[in-house]
Amino acid sequence: MITFIVRRLVLLVPVFIGLTLLVFTISHVLPGDPVKLAAGPQATAEEIASLSREFGMDRPLPQQYWHYATGLLQGDWGQSVLTRRPVAADLKIYLPATLELVFAAIFLAILIGIPAGLLSAITANRWPDYLTRILSLASIAMPRFFLALVLQLVFAMSLAWLPLNGRFPIIDLPPPAITGMLTIDSLLAGDWLAFTTSCEHLLMPALAMSLSPLATITRMMRASTLDVLQQDYVLTERALGLSQSLIILKYVLRNAFSSTLTVIGLYIGWLLSGSVLVETVFDWPGIGLYATKAIVTQDFMPVMGVTLSIGFIFVLVNLVIDLLYGVINPKVRYQ
Amino acid sequence: MTTPSTAHPSRWQNWQRSLYRFRQSGLSIAGLAIVLVLLVIAVGGSWIVPFPEHISGGINTAARFKPPSSLYWFGTNELGQDVFTLVMAVGGSWIVPFPEHISGGINTAARFKPPSSLYWFGTNELGQDVFTLVMAGARVSLIAGFGVVMIAAILGGLIGALAGYAGGWIDDVLMRLTDLMLTLPSLILAMAIAAALGAGLDNMVFAISMSWWPGFARLVRGEVIAKKEDLFVQAARALGASDSRILLRHVLPNVMSPIIIKMSLDMGFAILAVAALGFIGIGVKPPTPEWGSLLSLARGYLPDYWWTAIFPGLAIFFAVLGFNLLGDGLRDLFDPKARR
Repeated sequence: MITFIVRRLVLLVPVFIGLTLLVFTISHVLPGDPVKLAAGPQATAEEIASLSREFGMDRPLPQQYWHYATGLLQGDWGQSVLTRRPVAADLKIYLPATLELVFAAIFLAILIGIPAGLLSAITANRWPDYLTRILSLASIAMPRFFLALVLQLVFAMSLAWLPLNGRFPIIDLPPPAITGMLTIDSLLAGDWLAFTTSCEHLLMPALAMSLSPLATITRMMRASTLDVLQQDYVLTERALGLSQSLIILKYVLRNAFSSTLTVIGLYIGWLLSGSVLVETVFDWPGIGLYATKAIVTQDFMPVMGVTLSIGFIFVLVNLVIDLLYGVINPKVRYQ
Repeated sequence: MTTPSTAHPSRWQNWQRSLYRFRQSGLSIAGLAIVLVLLVIAVGGSWIVPFPEHISGGINTAARFKPPSSLYWFGTNELGQDVFTLVMAVGGSWIVPFPEHISGGINTAARFKPPSSLYWFGTNELGQDVFTLVMAGARVSLIAGFGVVMIAAILGGLIGALAGYAGGWIDDVLMRLTDLMLTLPSLILAMAIAAALGAGLDNMVFAISMSWWPGFARLVRGEVIAKKEDLFVQAARALGASDSRILLRHVLPNVMSPIIIKMSLDMGFAILAVAALGFIGIGVKPPTPEWGSLLSLARGYLPDYWWTAIFPGLAIFFAVLGFNLLGDGLRDLFDPKARR
């Protein structure tokens, strides 16, 4: 087990190097001159050249890559040409907001998806099952940004139950930043009001994001429950007089963990990347909005930073999930 | 006289059985119906037909009663009108009540009219008929979605086939690259490429396909590896066929059905990705009627003018749903292993 973990960790090194190389190559192959754009339309060739020197963009590409890669190791993720702010500092502010959204979306998906999948399997081929299956088919086809707009229209604009957008009221004092996630920070500070306020802001965007993973968890739970219920050992237990609910508790819920893990592994990158859409609708100050702003102005250091951080998180989360599979299911062997 | 060999009837029976199963699945039929409606709307529009002027009654007496040819596919009628154009137009501009709005025509006297019998989906901030724009958007979405899937399948297919067939270090290099591409955030990558290339449908399609090919590469590689040691490949090799001939003429045709299934399954999500980029404001720009950008424009007029947002959104939803259902149906049809 230990050697397996160490081996997997060592294997991450070439993956990370490959990622930086790939992201660097893509961003330098693309047309567009961020320095020229940042210098403004009136800039002289001399001004552009000096700005380009300042950001090290006049050097040969291999040298630039070396500078970037060694900088990454020291926590220097480059600098935005437009705002002149270091990318690492920006990511520290925006990444937790997106992670909070993604965690909340996964939480909602599990909270609703597992019972829904169970219900669907237990009532297989009767109307609750049909209803759940149709809803989950529809959820996969539903564009997140459209659902987000509809939620806004209904719950914020018409009913005024929930705040329209943002993370926290501007006039209120947010809890002291520890993790950068407002719900957790407010709990840590013992500030109940701040907690409910941030939950209110979180609810709609998280719901809009959770739809696809929710549908997938529901489908997987349904399939695995149906599968387990047909196993010989379950039939035996039922013949011995065990109740349905006990059987489900004993065998079926075990599967809930592995389908949940699979879905998290599948969707973590999708959620992090796709949060752009939901963040746009809700003005949620996360890496999605940050990346969009940088992309539109062709400011590629922030774009590289966002892309790489999502790539790193994706790789790490999938490593952790691979390890957890073995913990919950002894049948999975490590080699 | 002996009866012909039984190989064909059994294949025919399989096919019929599959078709029967497809027909039995209500959801697959629903998906097929949605996709067909979309196709009619998209193909039937007046602005793809070769002689749009004939739709509004233009005649050409010099070309009366021409038989079908490469110019007039279905021949011409007594007025010299292209019959192909007229046939296609049945689905297109004739069902769109305000074709002039598609090319950017505005009507300030009719701004923000709610849905009515005249404006089925209401009108927008320029007095354009939302129904007309949504119908015209079908073409943009379908072409873009198909373009994405097509480019991704060809590029990914070539990379995957090369990796699978060549093996060794070529396989290693190509597949590591593919895996790395899969870890990158696809939407942000597509946004960055599209923004760098500039506005336009073709740039957007290219940008999305650049983040879409790895899935096809992995699929095709697996299929090629499974097929490349088959007897018919060995036979071709023994007969002295070159590697490229074996790959293109013998191996690839035999791995087409999973590729086509994946293309149909991906089509819905490609349409979704196109709409997403339009919604963010990268890619297609108005007046091109694209569902995502229509929705994005409409955001500014909520909640009072909800119809400007709801109908383009529903159009995206139904298009994606239709292709998903159809793709599921096709997979069940062609892939016995995935059958429920």
